Amino acid sequence: MNIFFYIAAVVAIISTIMAISGKNAIHSLLFLILSLLAVSVIFYLLNAPFIAALEVIIYAGAIMVLFIFVTMMLNVGIENKNGNKLTNPRKWIVSSILAAILLVDFILALKNVPASPSVDQVILPKQVGISLFSTYLLAVEIAAILLMAGVIGAYHLGSQKKKVTHRFLEKK
Amino acid sequence: MKILLIIAGVLLIALSIAAGLIWVERRLLALWQDRLGPNRVGPFGVAQVIADTVKLLFKEDWVPPFSDKPVFIMAPGILMITILLTFAVLPFGPNFYVFDSNIGILFFLGNSSLGVYSIVLGGWASNNKYALIGAMRASAQMLTYEVFMGLSLMGVVMMADSFSFCTIVEAQKGGWFIIPQFFGFVVFFIAGIAETHRLPFDIPEAEGELIAGYHSEYSGFKFGMFFVGEYLGITLISAIIATLFFGGWLGPSFLPPVFWFLLKTFFFIGLFILLRASLPRPRYDQLMKLGWKVLFPLALINLIVTGAVLIFLK
Amino acid sequence: MFSILRSIWLTFLHIFHKTETVEYPEVKPYLAPRYRGRIVLTRDADKNERCVACYLCAAACPVDCISLQAAEDESGRRYPEFFRINFSRCIFCGFCEEACPTYAIQLIPDFEMAEYDRQNMVYEKKHLLISGEGKYPGYNFYKNAGVDMGVKGKGTGENEEMPVDVKGIMP
Repeated sequence: MNIFFYIAAVVAIISTIMAISGKNAIHSLLFLILSLLAVSVIFYLLNAPFIAALEVIIYAGAIMVLFIFVTMMLNVGIENKNGNKLTNPRKWIVSSILAAILLVDFILALKNVPASPSVDQVILPKQVGISLFSTYLLAVEIAAILLMAGVIGAYHLGSQKKKVTHRFLEKK
Repeated sequence: MKILLIIAGVLLIALSIAAGLIWVERRLLALWQDRLGPNRVGPFGVAQVIADTVKLLFKEDWVPPFSDKPVFIMAPGILMITILLTFAVLPFGPNFYVFDSNIGILFFLGNSSLGVYSIVLGGWASNNKYALIGAMRASAQMLTYEVFMGLSLMGVVMMADSFSFCTIVEAQKGGWFIIPQFFGFVVFFIAGIAETHRLPFDIPEAEGELIAGYHSEYSGFKFGMFFVGEYLGITLISAIIATLFFGGWLGPSFLPPVFWFLLKTFFFIGLFILLRASLPRPRYDQLMKLGWKVLFPLALINLIVTGAVLIFLK
Repeated sequence: MFSILRSIWLTFLHIFHKTETVEYPEVKPYLAPRYRGRIVLTRDADKNERCVACYLCAAACPVDCISLQAAEDESGRRYPEFFRINFSRCIFCGFCEEACPTYAIQLIPDFEMAEYDRQNMVYEKKHLLISGEGKYPGYNFYKNAGVDMGVKGKGTGENEEMPVDVKGIMP
């Protein structure tokens, strides 16, 4: 099991580095997808097959397709002619400080929390569903409200008003 | 050792069905259009498959100089890999499967959503406007139909109380799921056609409008991969319909279970081809309207009613 | 919804219909005599060439695939010295047949003229000229024409009167 974990972890790290260092937007997105797939393999090895499948379906399968779709339509994939502004250190110094704080926090947290006992047994989709609708019911409902707001917003943006008059007769 | 034999068997069955479909589809279409179809090469033209394969192998494998080469070469492979991976969780018989995953249906959905990349990237990497339009249509269409493809299967999952294909087939011993899950079947079948972008929903590759859509720049064996990938997709969707709604390998015992499974699969493959022979292609917005305004509510209502009935019966 | 299911069912019923395909190399379809296929040059009943090299076919040809050169034999009868049709250009429109005043050039119901070498699609006069009369047996242009070409004397044709004596004064 361990060897698979290390393979997946190395793939995830390398592809993430490739994703943030690449100049071609579509290639970066592809590496990001690869990284997500590797993460889903890690989830599977951690006895969480349901989360692994959701990672593939939702992140790699749906959200990244939308990213690629937008990148395709904007046609920014080939090259950035204005020079790579991200090499300017002032652009990323704040974010890297924040990331460093998070990393320290993460390491400290990992040190204090013992290994989770539930890793030993496979967590089936049923258990995930039961815990979602009992322990984490409030979080689910808040997420549902958020999605509802998104749906209403999309409906409002996407709805077309029917034109009654011809465009020549319209008052400016 | 046994697992290797099973893998070889599954691959052999899946690929030979997909290759044979090249011939079967043309013969069946011809039958429904009062023609004969390919009947020259070999008995009844069966060797047409081999002839086509040889032709595709020996064609020039052209990579356009204006394309994005690594992505262009990778795209057809993704389609084959994702579809063939799904066959791994599909039970062909009681003990004839590669592995019985407890997230089988989710594995299928995940793979089919990854299959979108093949078409999107193929169309984008071709750097051709028709290919790009085809790719954009494909991504929108397949994203849309994936949503209620998953939703329509949840009724089956609730009735069988499992995501595993084997358990779902076992749960149908008392009766096939087609009767209680009829609307789930209808939604899944239509979504399956859209997912494999077969006619009448072949909008991404509509010859009349987009030359060949996302694979207009492909030739030689890369085109062959897309071509066989489409037939593999039909085989996969038919096999999954047979497994989830029509009892998979279950059937009277005078025939071996694998035979029952293949028989049901072939019935749905025939239905796919019949749809191609009989229906015209809808307009793009009609397809989207059908998806979001008819099939999506239908899948949701099916889900809710199934859940309510299951709780009531408990 | 219902109409979709109905059209699927009707298409399915086509399984029981007879196929329309004619298995061509074994079974040849019937071609009408007026079918526009390979072009031939015909002869009249006396085995003389009908063609008088008037160039009307070459002028009528929309793709300019006919070329010929007129010549006269010792009796003054015109005939084509060479007559060449490039069948890789020909569109089998039949305009040459309509233009021909002597029924010499005719399109016959034969279309099996595929070649491996494109040069072989150029038919010379010896390939075009047949020994028969084609679609109009018994027709001879010089029987209806005013000139005397040894077929009939002047003014002895069926619908022809004797030539007017221009030096006389009678009406």
